Formats: sequence, C-alpha cells, structure tokens
Amino acid sequence: MNVTLKIWRQQNAQTKGKFKTYPLRDVSPEMSFLEMLDYLNMQLIEKGEEPVAFEHDCREGICGTCGLYINGRPHGPMRNTTTCELHMREFKHGEVIYIEPWRARAFPVLKDLIVDRSSFERIMHAAGFISTNTGSAPEANSTPVSKIIADKAFDAAVCIGCGACVAACKNSSAMLYAAAKVAQYAMIPQGKVEAKERVDKMVRQMDAEGFGFCSNTYGCEFDCPKGISADFIALMNREFFSSRVCGHKQK
Amino acid sequence: MALAGIFLMLFLISHLLTNLLMLAADGGKAFDRAVELLGHPAVKIVEYTLFAAFLIHILLGVILQLINYRARPVKYKKAPRTEISTFSRYMFHTGIIIFVFLVIHLINFFFVRMGWAPLPETAAHSHDFRPMAVALFQNPWYSGFYVISMLFLGFHLKHGFQSAFQSLGLNHTKYTPAIKIIGTLYAIFISVGFAIIPVYFLFFFSS
Amino acid sequence: MQKLNAKIPEGPLAEKWSRYKAGLRLVSPANKKKLEIIVVGTGLAGASAASALGELGYKVKAFCFQDSPRRAHSVAAQGGINAAKNYKNDNDSIYRLFFDTIKGGDYRAREANVYRAAEVSNLVIDHFSALGVPFARDYGGSLDTRSFGGVQVSRTFYAKGQTGQQCLLGAYSSLNRQVAKGNVKMFPRRDMLDLVITEGRARGIITRNLVSGELERHSAHAVVLATGGYGTVFYLSTLGLGSNASAAWSAHKKGALFANPSFIQIHPTSIPVLNDYQCKLTLMSESLRNDGRVWVPKEKGDKRHPTEIPEDERDYYLERRYPAFGNLVPRDVASRAAKERCDAGYGAGDSGLSVYLDFKDAIEAQGKKAIQDKYGNLFEMYEKITGINPYTQPMRIYPAGHYTMGGLWVDYNLMTTIPGLFAIGESNFSDHGANRLGANSLMQCSGDGYFILPNTISDYLADDIRTGKIPTDQQPFQEAEEAVKEKIQKIMAIGGTRSATSFHKKLGKIMWDHCGMRRDAEGLRKGKEMLNELEEEFWKDLRIPGSDKEINQELEKALKVADFFEVGRLMCEDAIQREESCGAHFREEHQTETGEARRDDKNFAYVAAWEYKGHREKPEVHKEPLHFENVEIKERSYK
Repeated sequence: MNVTLKIWRQQNAQTKGKFKTYPLRDVSPEMSFLEMLDYLNMQLIEKGEEPVAFEHDCREGICGTCGLYINGRPHGPMRNTTTCELHMREFKHGEVIYIEPWRARAFPVLKDLIVDRSSFERIMHAAGFISTNTGSAPEANSTPVSKIIADKAFDAAVCIGCGACVAACKNSSAMLYAAAKVAQYAMIPQGKVEAKERVDKMVRQMDAEGFGFCSNTYGCEFDCPKGISADFIALMNREFFSSRVCGHKQK
Repeated sequence: MALAGIFLMLFLISHLLTNLLMLAADGGKAFDRAVELLGHPAVKIVEYTLFAAFLIHILLGVILQLINYRARPVKYKKAPRTEISTFSRYMFHTGIIIFVFLVIHLINFFFVRMGWAPLPETAAHSHDFRPMAVALFQNPWYSGFYVISMLFLGFHLKHGFQSAFQSLGLNHTKYTPAIKIIGTLYAIFISVGFAIIPVYFLFFFSS
Repeated sequence: MQKLNAKIPEGPLAEKWSRYKAGLRLVSPANKKKLEIIVVGTGLAGASAASALGELGYKVKAFCFQDSPRRAHSVAAQGGINAAKNYKNDNDSIYRLFFDTIKGGDYRAREANVYRAAEVSNLVIDHFSALGVPFARDYGGSLDTRSFGGVQVSRTFYAKGQTGQQCLLGAYSSLNRQVAKGNVKMFPRRDMLDLVITEGRARGIITRNLVSGELERHSAHAVVLATGGYGTVFYLSTLGLGSNASAAWSAHKKGALFANPSFIQIHPTSIPVLNDYQCKLTLMSESLRNDGRVWVPKEKGDKRHPTEIPEDERDYYLERRYPAFGNLVPRDVASRAAKERCDAGYGAGDSGLSVYLDFKDAIEAQGKKAIQDKYGNLFEMYEKITGINPYTQPMRIYPAGHYTMGGLWVDYNLMTTIPGLFAIGESNFSDHGANRLGANSLMQCSGDGYFILPNTISDYLADDIRTGKIPTDQQPFQEAEEAVKEKIQKIMAIGGTRSATSFHKKLGKIMWDHCGMRRDAEGLRKGKEMLNELEEEFWKDLRIPGSDKEINQELEKALKVADFFEVGRLMCEDAIQREESCGAHFREEHQTETGEARRDDKNFAYVAAWEYKGHREKPEVHKEPLHFENVEIKERSYK
C-alpha cells in the first residue's frame, strides 16, 4: 500500500519546525507503524537526507519511550495501543497520515518528533516512592494486602510514563500520570504512611512544571495506552484535599 | 472551582423552585411570598456567599483557562480526535454564554432592585419581579435568548455536575455511575425548568 | 597471563556469604560522603545498586542512554522473579533454588555465586513488597506464586505478565528517592563510550551527551557497569533496540576479561518473524507454558488451519520427548526442540518457522476468565501484533535471541579484572552458567544491586578514603576523550551509501546462522570470516547523515554496530573453543544419539575468560576451573 506522511521536522529545541510531506510506496500492512518509519528513514539515508528522529526502544509497548501524535490522537487510532504496537493494517491505501510530536509546554521538542519529558521525572523525584531503606523490609507476607486492593494498585501501576495523557488532554494536564502513582501507593498499606506528604509534593511539582489543570474531560483515559482509569484522578483529588485539610504542616 | 460550582448548583435549585411559583395560578401570590422571604437578613448572608461563589467560579474559570491555554504553546496541526464529551470540551465557551446571560439578567432585575436602573412601568415596586419578568418574557427576542441561554446552562451543568464530584474526589465504583445519571437529570431539570417559564409567558399567558 | 582469582571464600556453602561478609571492610558514614561511584545503566541491577549505594551515603552518578531510568529493558521482563520462600509448602529451599539454577545452567556456573544469589532472593521479595510492587496476591492477602520452566516447585512471584516492569518501577522509585535526597545524580541520555583507567584503577568514563553531542568526562572512585546483555548482536532479538554491548565492550578493550561470550540464551516463545522490515521479536512469557501446550502437525508440511487439525494428528513433541517436565522444560531444550521440528519440515505458518502454543485445553479446563486473569495482557499483546485472537486459535511461536549468560568476568566481589570496575546483573557472567532459568534474571539483577554489591564495594573503597576527588584533567581522561573523538570523526567521515541498520541486519543474520541455536566448527569459522568482510564493507560504505554535535540516532547506532563485529567474532571464537554442548551452547559435533546435548565435564568444566589483544588479533583465553563440591555433576535430564 502507499501512504502520504506529513511529518513535523525540527532541527533542535532552538529552531522553528515545519511539516514536510513524504510519499511512501510499498508499505506492507504487516509492518508496525515504527517499522514503516524505519523504512522511510532507510530511504532517506540512501538519498543522503537526514532521517526522521523519533524515540523508541522496546517496541513491545512496555518501556513508554515511543509516542507520536498520529492523525489527531496520541499513539494513533487504536485504543490501548502504543505507537510501537500500532500496525499499518489499521491504515488505508492512499491515506494521509499526520505525525506530530507531543505538544505541551512541559514537553519541549528536542528534535523532529522527540520531546523532553524530564518534567515527568521531576514529578517522580518529588515523592514518587515509598521511603524504605534496603534491608529494612519486614517479611513480605507480614503485610497482607487485600487481593482487590493489590489488583487495583496494579491497575494504576501499569503506567509506562509515555506522556500520552498530556498529549491527549486539551489542557496538557499531567493529572493521570501523577494520579496513577499517587493512587498506587495510597491504596496499599506500605504506602499509606506517607501518603499525605507524597500527594502534596507531587501535585506541587506537577503544577510547577507548567502542565495545565484538569477539567475532567477524560481524554487522558480515552487515549492511555494502558487503559488507566480517570477514577485514579478522583482518588488523587481526595488524597490532596485530605492532605491539605488534615495533613500536618510541612516545612 | 468545584466547591463554588456545587454551591451555585444548589442555588439554581432554589432559584428555579422560586421562579416556578410564577407559573402558579394564583396571580403570583405564592411567588411574591417567596420573594418576601428572600428579604430576610439570614438570606442576605447566603446572598453575599452567592456573589462570592459566582466571582470565584468565574475568576478561577478564566485563570485556569489562561493557564491551560499557555500549557500548549504550539497547537496540533491535525485537529484532535481524542473522544471526549462535547460538553466537557466547551465548558469555558458555555461559561461565557452563561456569563453574558448573567450580566443581562442582573441588569434587568438586580440593578432595578438596587435602584441603579429605572423601574419598569409594569412593576409596582423594586421587588415586584413577576410583572417585570412577564413583560420581558413577552418579548420573543428576550425569551428566545433566555431559552437558548438555559440550553447552554444545561450543557454546562451536564458536565459540571459529575465533574465537581470528580474534582472533589467523591467517587466510588458503586456510586459514581449514579452520580453521572443524577447529573444528567439535574441538568435537564434545571435547563428545562427555567426555559418553560418564558415559553409559558410568551405563548400561553395573557394578562 | 593474568591469573584469575575468583576469591571464593572458604567454608561450607551455606555459610560462605555470611562469613565472608562479616570479614569485609567498611567505610564510615563520614567517609562515604567523600566517595563517588559511577553506575552505568539503570535497569533493575543499576537502579537497585545506585539507590542502595545512595542510601548508604555514597555520592552516586547514574547514567543511562534512555530519557528515563524507567525505560531500561528490565521493564520488558514478563513472567516473574524467583525466591526460595517456600510459601507453597512444596519443599522449596535456598538449596533447591541453588540446585535448580546450577542444573539449569548445565553445571557451568560458580557454586558459591549461585548459592548467594539464592540466599538473597528472599530479601529481594521482602524489599520489593515494602517498596509497593504490586505482586499478585491471594484473597487472604499473602503473595501468590506460580511455576516456571526447569523446576518442579512454585517459586515465581509475579505481577501479571509485567513483573519486570513492576520490579523496575520499584527500583526506579527507590532511585528517585535518592535523587530527591541528592545522593544520586542522574545523567540520562548519555552513551558511555569509554572507560578511564588511572594508575591501574577504573576511575571514570567518557560519555556522549545524546542531545548536545558533547563528549563529557566523569570521574569517580569506582565504576559499576550494569549495562545488560548483548543479545541485539542477532539484530532480531527480544531486546530493546537500544540495548547494546558498547559500554561493556569498551571495558573489555581496556583490559576487563569477557567470560563465556557464546553462552546466549535463545528464548523458545517469541512471536515469529512476520515481515522483512521487522526489527524486533516480541517475547511471549515463558509462564505461558504453564498452561499452553506446544505442538506441530504430525504430518510434514501440513498447511491446514491449526483448528482444523484433529487431536490425534498433533505432535505434542515436548510432552513426548520429556514426559517428566513436559512443556516446562528449560529454555535451551525447548528452543532446540522447536528448531529441530521446524528444520525437519513440520513447522507451522507460511515460512514453516514456527510451532503452535495452544491454550484450548487450558481454557476448557479452567475457563476463559481464569486464563484471562493470568495472561490477559500477553494475549492482548499477541493479538495486537499478529491480528490473531489466541483465545480461539493457537499462538504461533518461534525461538529468538534473548539473554546473554556470558558477560564481563567478575570475582566473588562482582569486580572485573580491572580494579575498581564492577559488573552486575546481565552484564556479568556469574550466575547462570550456560543457560538461565526463567525468572532468575530479575532475581540476580536485584540481588546484585541491592544486597551484594553494596557490601563488596565498600571493601574496595576502604582504600580510597584519603584519595579525594578524582580530577578529570588527568592525562588518561584526555587520552580517552581524544580516542573517542577520533573514532567518532572517523565513523562520521566514511561517507558511504548504506545505513547502520542495514549492516546490523546482515551482521545479525550471520550470527543467527552461524553462532545461533546449533553451531559447528566449520560454520563458526565461516561466520568469523563473514564478519570480517562485512566489517570492512561497513568501514567503507556506511553513511551517517547529519552532524555529531546534535541528536544523531544514526551515529548512535553506528557506534554500537561497530562494536558488534568484534563481539560477534569473540562469540564465535568462544564457541569454537568449547568442544562440547552445554546449555544454550549446542555443538552439532557433540550430541547423543537422541539429539540431546553432550557435555564434557572432564575437559570443559571451566569458565572461558577472554583477554582482548587488539582489533582482529586473536584473543587469549584464561580458564577458571569450576569446582562442584555440593552438587553431583550429572547428565541434565528432563525426561
């Protein structure tokens, strides 16, 4: 099949970018979307042009490195699918495909389709952990966790940190990302001890990074490749209020 | 935002119930009684809170919208296809329409009451709202504007109701679906409830 | 000749580690603050080491090529993590975990190291649980386990099919805590391009900032490599595309011996190749073999749809050949058995290069829901990639390059032959012998990082408390940076016509055909020659567009491919030298009448550690004999 690609090209963070059009012939429907881009890049290199820079690593939907805004949706037209898991059989012969980087102030473009997601890192540095030292853990089964809670915590913990929630949100809000981690720890007994401090620090950091505010449109939930529920955002809100109202004053 | 919204939603119920009394076939007696009650000093406190709630809701709405706009300096070229409810996408826009309505609404009634605007001929005194309303509603342009505004208010509430619960963290796997249904019913009730009043005075009422 | 001293402590096996640990020197908290440690790689081993060292008070600099530590390829481990908790009361024990690992590794691992890994496995589970890793649980709230290939107990802890992700995120969270405390400084988007040695000790690294293209010098009192395996030498593998050998290889070139390079695990259950442009083989967790049954048609070249092939015309060849372990034989055995069937013409699919993994019986016996609970995400993943629903049709699977048991040679302290250079996790060679058992890799990585290295490294650093900060303007740093700069200039200047990937593909094919699941001396020699030819072409015809002073993914790839030629040659060399079949290393010349591997314990019960002698120079092998005092060496039988 043949497709026409309209791809955002930008030399680096300082320069302005623009769209470039690439007609691509003989694309196999069995190719993954990224293999299709590899195929394009191989042709560009042979022609002596600079290949399109995009990020990827595991190519099996778990590392969260890849993330392209494809035809108006993060990770493309399929639900619960990362860009690397998307296959060309989901596109039609002759289709025009727009490929853009994640757009958000907190995710500046580094080159072409690569964005800097270090703002996500700093949210985790703020308090995305349970403070326990190596060697200080009690015997694992001495802290029972209800299966229902453990399963729910897992549902939150599957976040791959790709940033699709921010890309999908009309406000570029990172609520789902932060909420998934806050919720995972707030639900289980190991994480409850410092839950109030955690949510406070993480939300503050998130706001400081320049993400937008949540207006509960649930676009994040719709486009999360791991199907993380926006219910966790409500849970984070609850934790946040409880931290503000009942938490101790922090220095 | 959510707290102010919830307060405003509660206010809307009482406002609607009061207004609906205008439709009572008693020549407006019950409505006048209700208006009298609103003059009670205790209600004054509620009134000030109400102004505050409006102010907070509107101000926060504008600030959040500005911040959210700034959060994506370069927009997508391809229009987003992420499926979200239309109502949630246009909360700010419906908000503006409601704000415009509110301003006109205040000019028509509140300004008169405060003596900032001249008393319409139909009214006996500045608290005699029913004749004022009747006169306005019999103007098809005004009624039309009113009904359309109420429609947008309904859209705003449809999303706003459950959104407020979500923002306050009041969700639960068992009860959240019910909240969503109640929210929809509430939005319909408020917007239809308000809208039938001008429709009634325009088409079915002769003084 | 460097003499290999593994420093295995004396004493009974079960007491070696605790006695040895008690004798290790410490560094006082006040001095720890003055000591810097570089950790390269932030997978499960690197992240756990960096965080544990940070907790102790050392000043840690952690490096990764990804934009975040959370993306290291440990994230893709699916099935689980082993520990000798005996929660199932199935008579499991540290000794049994040790024994299974030694046996699974076909008696080519060091007893003392393996026992220690088994010993700390329980601490690892406790620690991860405390870190909030959402392992699967029973309704009573206690941890659940399942069984895995090569063992007869249920000791594998899991979080659906995403155990690696969850463990890595656990380690990442502990790393973040140390970043917040200022004990760990993160350097993401950096490729380590060389190791710096001053006065005989590893004192720093040269990195390339992948965003600005700048070369940077970083110094420390010790360097820890946690850079994973080199399975991408096959091009098509289950690894992340960024996984590479270059960091470890630069250390090897600077004098660190490389042990058992040819021991590379071929995972039996990966999604087969579907198109020519494929760059990755996606793993389907081994845990699927708990409930899935592997088969091929009994008839050669039977191209009927799998659901149309009746029960009595299916050959459940694993159950037939290995009745005691059935579908749960270890990976090397399962992979070779699949290849044997396919080579004999019984393979499924158009290419004939796949076998069926069927869940029909399991779904009938346990219900779809139960299967969904256990493997839901794996089934989804399979469907996304192939477009086939595995609930109604059997999966098609084929072996793929996966895990490297070989790696940098380390002693009992996890230190390489370069003083001050440590290697942990997959990047060292120590615990898995010639074949790794499923779910042992997460166990070893986190054990090394959290519980072993922090103890042994202090013994080394105890000498360094008066050293002070290591300046980076010393000559060895300058020289190393110069060398890297030259290499980059040289590779950028080739100005040929072909992409790095096109070379990598060819290289991978050579390795897969000549140094893959089955090897013979002639093929290995031929493979080496082909690598030489391809390497010459590479240095003539490579094209890297763009500049090296910016993000240049082609340059990154090319530098990695350049090293893979050398890695590939050493793998062949090692495979030629080892005139026996053991674990993942199968030599056609050394098999039994029934086609099973024939080991030669008399002549080859050793670790082959290779010394680099220069580009295209014949490397020198050093042998560390393996002593088995606590297990009886037997033919490894799963029948």
